[in-house]
Amino acid sequence: MEFGPHLILASLEGAVTAAILSLTAIGLSIVFGVMRVVNVAHGEFFMLGAVFAWYISQFLGTHPALGFVAAILIAPLLVGTLAAGLDRLILQRIDYNPERTIVATIGILYILQQGTLMTFGPDARPVAPPFNQVIAIPWFEFTDAGFEIYWPWGLGITSYKLFIIFAAAVVLAGVWLLMTRTKFGLIMRATQQDRETAQAFGVPVDKVFAYVFGLGAALAAVGAVLVVPVQQAHYLMGFDPLLLSFIVVIIGGLGSLPGTVIAAVLIGMTDGIISVFFSPTLAKIIATLAVAMVLVFRPRGLMGK
Amino acid sequence: MAAMTLLETRALTKTFGGIKANTNVDFLLPEGQTMALIGPNGAGKSTFVGMLCGRIPATSGQVFFEGKDISALPAHKRIALGIAYTFQITSVFANLPVRENVALAVRRDGSRTEAQVMDRVDHVLDRVGLLDRADQVAGDLSYGHQRILEIAMGLGQDPKLFILDEPTQGLAESEVTEFVDLINDLKGSTTILLIEHNMDVVMRTAEAITVLNFGEILANGTPQQIQNNPAVQAAYLGTSHAED
Amino acid sequence: MTGKSKSYALHLCLIALLAAAFFILPQYHVGVLSRVMVLAVYAMGYNMLFGYTGLLSLGHALFFAAGMYGFGLSVQQGGLPTGLALLIGLATAFTVSLVVGFLALRTKEVAFMIVTLMFAQAGYLTVLYFGSITRGDEGFVINTAKRALFGVDLSDETARFWAALLLFSVTLLAMAALVKSSFGRALIAVRENEERAMMLGYDTHRLKYVAVLLSGTLAGIGGMAYALLFGYVGATFASVQYSIFPLLWVLLGGAGTTIGPLLGVLFMYYLIDISSSFTDAYMLVAGVALLILCLFAPQGLAGELRKRVFPWLP
Repeated sequence: MEFGPHLILASLEGAVTAAILSLTAIGLSIVFGVMRVVNVAHGEFFMLGAVFAWYISQFLGTHPALGFVAAILIAPLLVGTLAAGLDRLILQRIDYNPERTIVATIGILYILQQGTLMTFGPDARPVAPPFNQVIAIPWFEFTDAGFEIYWPWGLGITSYKLFIIFAAAVVLAGVWLLMTRTKFGLIMRATQQDRETAQAFGVPVDKVFAYVFGLGAALAAVGAVLVVPVQQAHYLMGFDPLLLSFIVVIIGGLGSLPGTVIAAVLIGMTDGIISVFFSPTLAKIIATLAVAMVLVFRPRGLMGK
Repeated sequence: MAAMTLLETRALTKTFGGIKANTNVDFLLPEGQTMALIGPNGAGKSTFVGMLCGRIPATSGQVFFEGKDISALPAHKRIALGIAYTFQITSVFANLPVRENVALAVRRDGSRTEAQVMDRVDHVLDRVGLLDRADQVAGDLSYGHQRILEIAMGLGQDPKLFILDEPTQGLAESEVTEFVDLINDLKGSTTILLIEHNMDVVMRTAEAITVLNFGEILANGTPQQIQNNPAVQAAYLGTSHAED
Repeated sequence: MTGKSKSYALHLCLIALLAAAFFILPQYHVGVLSRVMVLAVYAMGYNMLFGYTGLLSLGHALFFAAGMYGFGLSVQQGGLPTGLALLIGLATAFTVSLVVGFLALRTKEVAFMIVTLMFAQAGYLTVLYFGSITRGDEGFVINTAKRALFGVDLSDETARFWAALLLFSVTLLAMAALVKSSFGRALIAVRENEERAMMLGYDTHRLKYVAVLLSGTLAGIGGMAYALLFGYVGATFASVQYSIFPLLWVLLGGAGTTIGPLLGVLFMYYLIDISSSFTDAYMLVAGVALLILCLFAPQGLAGELRKRVFPWLP
């Protein structure tokens, strides 16, 4: 029976998708939760993370691992700084008005996309993974000889993909610590609860917002740096993560971090599993409609009360 | 012949996650009466009127209007039956002109031509003294004028029952006097349920008073009876101690 | 003149101006104008929901595409007569609006945006999935023979312009009448303060539903007209890009104004047209323009006009 190993493979692929998605969606969720704005350009920050990763690894050009380490440190920092700058330059001036923010971030989306096309070009470009061993998927069976493990199908996952899952978990734990255990986290949560009161208590709300916007973008960039060795960098790669992140943030309950992670795992896993068994397009149609229905009938998200 | 009952509630109850806001409220409001609903802060007055007009769904119990059970009707249908409700926190169409605010209230039942609507709007605005500000944007009005606009919107609906949730809150002394005159002027033409903190206003307008305390009816009667009711005095003294 | 007669005069002037443009402008710009007017019908449909009712949909491409494919598939692949196919397109857009409105109106605000986006995305993917019929991204061309109505060949540049102007004018005047009607004013009340409108006795849910039906069907008519007049049907028109366009047009032109949608489409079209003549990076120019408008003219072109010059602008 071929079903078992395919399911395992699908689950592992799903877990990789879920890991990347969690990072991207958490970024969007923090921005929405604290600032109450919808950042349509979020996917472009993801794309920039991937593109920067390619530039950095090209520039260093030595061992892929060195390029990768440099990319994961530098690319999110660059993207975060850029986003914080855009926040101060544009979003702050329109006072985070919800509709105008959507238009402004659409404008930013066009500019970033076109800017990348003009400099980086229209081609998809790969970044070499720092390590890449194939790990075969084992299967087991009870035969007359007893319990046996074997590797009959040649199906496998690479060590790098497992690393993505691990790295995403570490970053998420870091974000959680930042939100719950640090003074900055406390300030963010206070601002989220009540902007006016926070301001009255001397919280520099403008500055906090710039940091939050930068942090959100940087998290998307981390996800992108992790994913480029598996999926190439391309100037149009931002749309799918944007759409999926929206879905995840909504399903998880707006602004709720645990809800966002759970929803990301749920969506990532189902996306991976469905697409192994159906045509990708049909899988996407089913997933999209399912998400829409969840929103319609559970508007506060699956985790909402 | 006794006056017909316009509004009645039977065992009306609201609980918010285990906390009881209203418990088994049986309430009668005769047609044509001006009744004040009073009670200490947190007595459940706003929740109660919220359940009357359908803004807040009741946990259990029934509401009757003109003898019909309206418990299952959504808010807009109850309003359409002839209930007007003015918000405790001023809620006008801030970006629209004063005239259009009232026109929206007048126009809703669809029985008038646009010219008749405008006549009626001018009449209502004249009555509350806002006619000279009819073309201003509502959001530019002073707070007191916005409250009066709220009342004008209620009048524009030609209600059988007019529920006013703390209408004098934040009004200047002179505006309060104008308000009292307006209510006394309306008496007889419509039934009024007034939630009010200002006891002076209550005494000058109400024909009957119902006292809510801890979500239950503590007493009802004429203003004199309520003033002399020891339980009411205790309730007010008790909470004023607690607030200190 | 009163505000009412001024607005009446304004709309007739605008239509006269567009008609005059046919005789004055070079042929290229007449062609552009035909396209702009058809897209403006789509934008007016969007404006009805976003500008007047205050509901921000990110999925109007679904309605546009419903009209376009409902008509295009039945006339080209199904071989039906043009008139009947137009009715099918109309029915398709109406039915899709009926279903989407019923479901999406259970949500509010951001969730409403996302739900409409999701439905539109599902629609787009469906067009791709049935690629053997729809030809997916590549799309299909409608035979010139099929693009005639009442004996008028609408693939002809002149006929196309007048057909577009007729459709645009009827829609514009209908919108102008609608927003002055008690229904239109009730929609504005919902936009301004939904709870207050409800507590004045308005059935706000029903108002919003009717607004979705009108808006979606009008968007579908836009899609249908586009297919009929320009003879091409493709998946791009169902993509998220075409959901965002009407939002941009309406915001640029002025949400909640009758002439805003046309101004927005016109502005955006020429912005991209002119910038693409001297740079490949026309999207960059569009993005910068968006930011500038967003920072300095948040009410859009017509909205700023209304605020500064003509307070009676409908």
